[in-house]
Amino acid sequence: MTDMTANIPTSHVRRLNFASTEAQARVRSRYRTEARFRWYGIAALTVTTVFLVVLVADIVVKGFPAFWQNSVYLDVALPAETVDPKGNRDTAEIRGADYNALARAALAAAIPGIEGRAAKKQLNELLSSGAADNLREEVVANPTLIGTTVKAKLLLSDNADLYLKGDGTSITRYAATRGIATPTATTGEVKVLVSSNDFAEILVSIKRDLELRGGALEREARRLDGNPDAGAHVKELRAEAQGLKDRYSKPSVAETLDARMPTRLIATNGGLIKISAISDSEATGEVLLPLTSTAEAKAGDWQIVTYETPEASRNVNDRMVTFLEKLKAENKVASNFNFAFFTSGDSREPELAGILGALVGSALLLVVTLLICLPIGVMASIYLEEFAVKNWMTDIIEININNLAAVPSIVFGLLGLAVFLNFFGLPRSAPLVGGLVMALLVLPTIIIAARAALKAVPPSIKEAALGVGASKQQAIFHHVLPLAMPGIMTGTIIGMAHALGETAPLLMIGMIAFIVDVPQGFTEAATALPVQIYLWSDLPEPAFQAKTAAAIVVLLVFLFLMNGTAIWLRKRFERRW
Amino acid sequence: MVAQYFLLLALLVISGYFFGSLRARSVAGGNFASMHSLPEYHGLYTAALVLAPMLFIFAVGLPSLLKVAEASALGHFPADLRADPLKSSATLRDIMNLASGGHSGAVAPELQDAAKTYSDLMSRGGWLILGLGLSAGLCAISWGVSSVSMSFRARNNFERFVNVALLLAASIAVLTTIGIVSSVMGETYRFFFDPNIKGKPGVFDFLFGTEWNPQAAMRADQGEISTAYGFLPLLTGTLLITCIAIAVAGPLGLFSAIYLAEYASPKVRATAKPILEILAGVPTVVLGFFAALTVAPFVRGWGEYFGLNVASESALAAGLVMGMMIIPFISSLSDDVINSVPQSLRDGAYALGATKSETIKQVILPAALPGIVSAFMLAISRAIGETMIVVMAAGLASNLTFNPLEAVTTITVQIKTILVGDQEFDSAKTLAAFALGFVLFFVTLLLNFIALRVVQKYREQYD
Repeated sequence: MTDMTANIPTSHVRRLNFASTEAQARVRSRYRTEARFRWYGIAALTVTTVFLVVLVADIVVKGFPAFWQNSVYLDVALPAETVDPKGNRDTAEIRGADYNALARAALAAAIPGIEGRAAKKQLNELLSSGAADNLREEVVANPTLIGTTVKAKLLLSDNADLYLKGDGTSITRYAATRGIATPTATTGEVKVLVSSNDFAEILVSIKRDLELRGGALEREARRLDGNPDAGAHVKELRAEAQGLKDRYSKPSVAETLDARMPTRLIATNGGLIKISAISDSEATGEVLLPLTSTAEAKAGDWQIVTYETPEASRNVNDRMVTFLEKLKAENKVASNFNFAFFTSGDSREPELAGILGALVGSALLLVVTLLICLPIGVMASIYLEEFAVKNWMTDIIEININNLAAVPSIVFGLLGLAVFLNFFGLPRSAPLVGGLVMALLVLPTIIIAARAALKAVPPSIKEAALGVGASKQQAIFHHVLPLAMPGIMTGTIIGMAHALGETAPLLMIGMIAFIVDVPQGFTEAATALPVQIYLWSDLPEPAFQAKTAAAIVVLLVFLFLMNGTAIWLRKRFERRW
Repeated sequence: MVAQYFLLLALLVISGYFFGSLRARSVAGGNFASMHSLPEYHGLYTAALVLAPMLFIFAVGLPSLLKVAEASALGHFPADLRADPLKSSATLRDIMNLASGGHSGAVAPELQDAAKTYSDLMSRGGWLILGLGLSAGLCAISWGVSSVSMSFRARNNFERFVNVALLLAASIAVLTTIGIVSSVMGETYRFFFDPNIKGKPGVFDFLFGTEWNPQAAMRADQGEISTAYGFLPLLTGTLLITCIAIAVAGPLGLFSAIYLAEYASPKVRATAKPILEILAGVPTVVLGFFAALTVAPFVRGWGEYFGLNVASESALAAGLVMGMMIIPFISSLSDDVINSVPQSLRDGAYALGATKSETIKQVILPAALPGIVSAFMLAISRAIGETMIVVMAAGLASNLTFNPLEAVTTITVQIKTILVGDQEFDSAKTLAAFALGFVLFFVTLLLNFIALRVVQKYREQYD
């Protein structure tokens, strides 16, 4: 070393001046880079954490309301002639009576004076098609109720439920103070005359709405201008915009309202009128809730009500909003914990759908998976770790297991379809087949975990057993395996959690059918929790979105419990040798 | 029948153990020390003797019984029906429904006869199998019991059984692979080369065709919709989404791993690691729901804000969420690799005056590169094979595009779409799904293999 240094000519030695400004700038920039690099790491972790938090929060917020459900409490008359016409208290006959009709009658009694087919239909749509299920069971269990009037809890339909949960419109009301309002009739088409220009502000805001809408049309037309295919469409847009302009450019001319504007109503004489045409001091409209009289209402005695969200952008129409608001004001609706979600199977009606069928399906599937996976996984890992002689066969098995762990899950579904269903002729949609496929899917995971657990047991244990005369199998089964068991159980639980959340292979083997009944056995058609989530997420009803999120919450709780158990096991039984 | 058989099996195995050990005890007469094997081992040996033949009888007996019963039930129908696999399988389903009492509606007399033959044969065959199993089990017990003696090596014999069982368990993995390869490859071969399949494409059309449309026209008024099995749009769709995913997960995962391995205090590590593990444990159906209902509208909204035309099922949304899915994958594998770089390399770099980030960039990452590359390979293979996120968030439209704002479809989405619901097993459409499955299996296997080779070939041995 010293010789070499001595031989270097002095002219080749670079002298660095660390005090120079360039050098200091260089150091500063290096430290800046250092800080920046560190921040990249923090940013990456933060983004990941934020994503997880947003994911969980989004799902919980979406799903939480689905654990509650709104019902309406009404006095339902149970006349003997409809419930039990023959009077013999036969259970089958009592069960067969039309309780929904009774429930509808009770609702009609609660909101009296509704006329017209459409209005009655919309009133009935407030109730779920399974609204009277509880009532039926109650009457069947207690036939003495027949002939009396009971206070029954009737389930509301999905849209009504969503509305009451706040997924509808905000409502503002203000008392009109200037003029005296006089309606011309109590039902049907009504004209309301006002002695002053109380409606002027509404008219102004309608004109403003129209102006905004016209502006949007104009912009859209301008955007499409360059596009040769959209010529006719642009012309239509322009014509529509012009029509709107004609309306909003004349500020005092009477206007008609449509479903794309907030709904305006007049509350007077105990009723409610939905305005369809309006001028400064006169409004025409349809009665939603009948008025008690045509008497004139003094200033301050009548109100202008606005449903802020336009009818076209909500799932409940104005009439249903009105009915629900009336029921709410009379304290007839209440929200209860949705037990049915955990005790019933799937349904086409969101408010009746539950996850019990899917939970049982998943449980059956996991039982099959566990029964196959645990013994085979443990045996395979013992063989590979303790008995396998290093030869080509062992190599093939090892490479195979590592490769299988990386094979996409959907390919296992193909295997299940081709081998279990088409070759062995096992039943479609059955938890048995699902369990078999899942077992093959998680087997590599379990083998890898079990091998790690076996490897972690120090060889001295085995050698001590061999030293006192145990056979190799005795040493392993009596001494090594029990010590490795906590690790194996941890791996198995994590594998089971994986199997619980896996969806794609189950779609391949047909566990995706719409199944109402809770499965009773391993070979019956069933679905599983993640598949149920997938099925519900595909449905158009907005109420199913909340159900999907709620089912996800349940799935995540189960996964959390399983992984928590695994971590607890690891903490509790982990041994350092 | 199955339940009865296994009940009988359990009963005979337990009694085999019981009689074997009892006999050994009486032979030994208290003098266990001079007996070769403990009485338990004689019992276990007898139980193993019972188990093996009874399982064999079941495994051979039941499938052959089913075959015989099906064949003779179909014997009631004309030969042309039997020759048609579609019709015969439908008829068989009817027969089984009728036999199990689940059939409703009017029943043709020949179907009635067939169902009767079927259930007769099944019940008689069931009894036969039960009888065979019982006699084999009893023979085994008597053999086991009679072989008990002071010098009989029951433990060694039993351990030989166990050894075989262990080997069989270990080879399940190989059987699985064989099952996958044979089923997927067999169907793929038929898809390309079976002359009986109508509407199948050539290999060249499949690999380089630019149109994917397995759905033929169902009605005449739908006009000329011809099936096409061009693989390219699916490939580009899959690659596009995978690229987006890796573009998201690569930097995030790698920087997370670097920070956790090199900078983070033990406290930060203790909180950040579980977060990544939780993210890794979130089922993909949940991520798909999130992608479809939250991320996709969000992306669309932002796109519109900037005046871009974003499809409601854009590749971007699916790719973003898929990227999030594989972050923990990349970060945990890279973390392990970075941690396994020896401390002496770091110390050497620090001694030369390098800052921490310079050490990481110029010493640690190059040393860990093979492992990181293999982590990326595995992540890519995971992204290619992922199904639920793309099924729920990406579309069905097979666009040949690289625009992340458009809807694309992927290999897995098409497999799922074709195979969900009722399918006829011998149509080109169904077989096409298996061909896609073959591609998927092959590609992931290849990536896995490359990952393994990269690590083996370029890994530096420091010890």
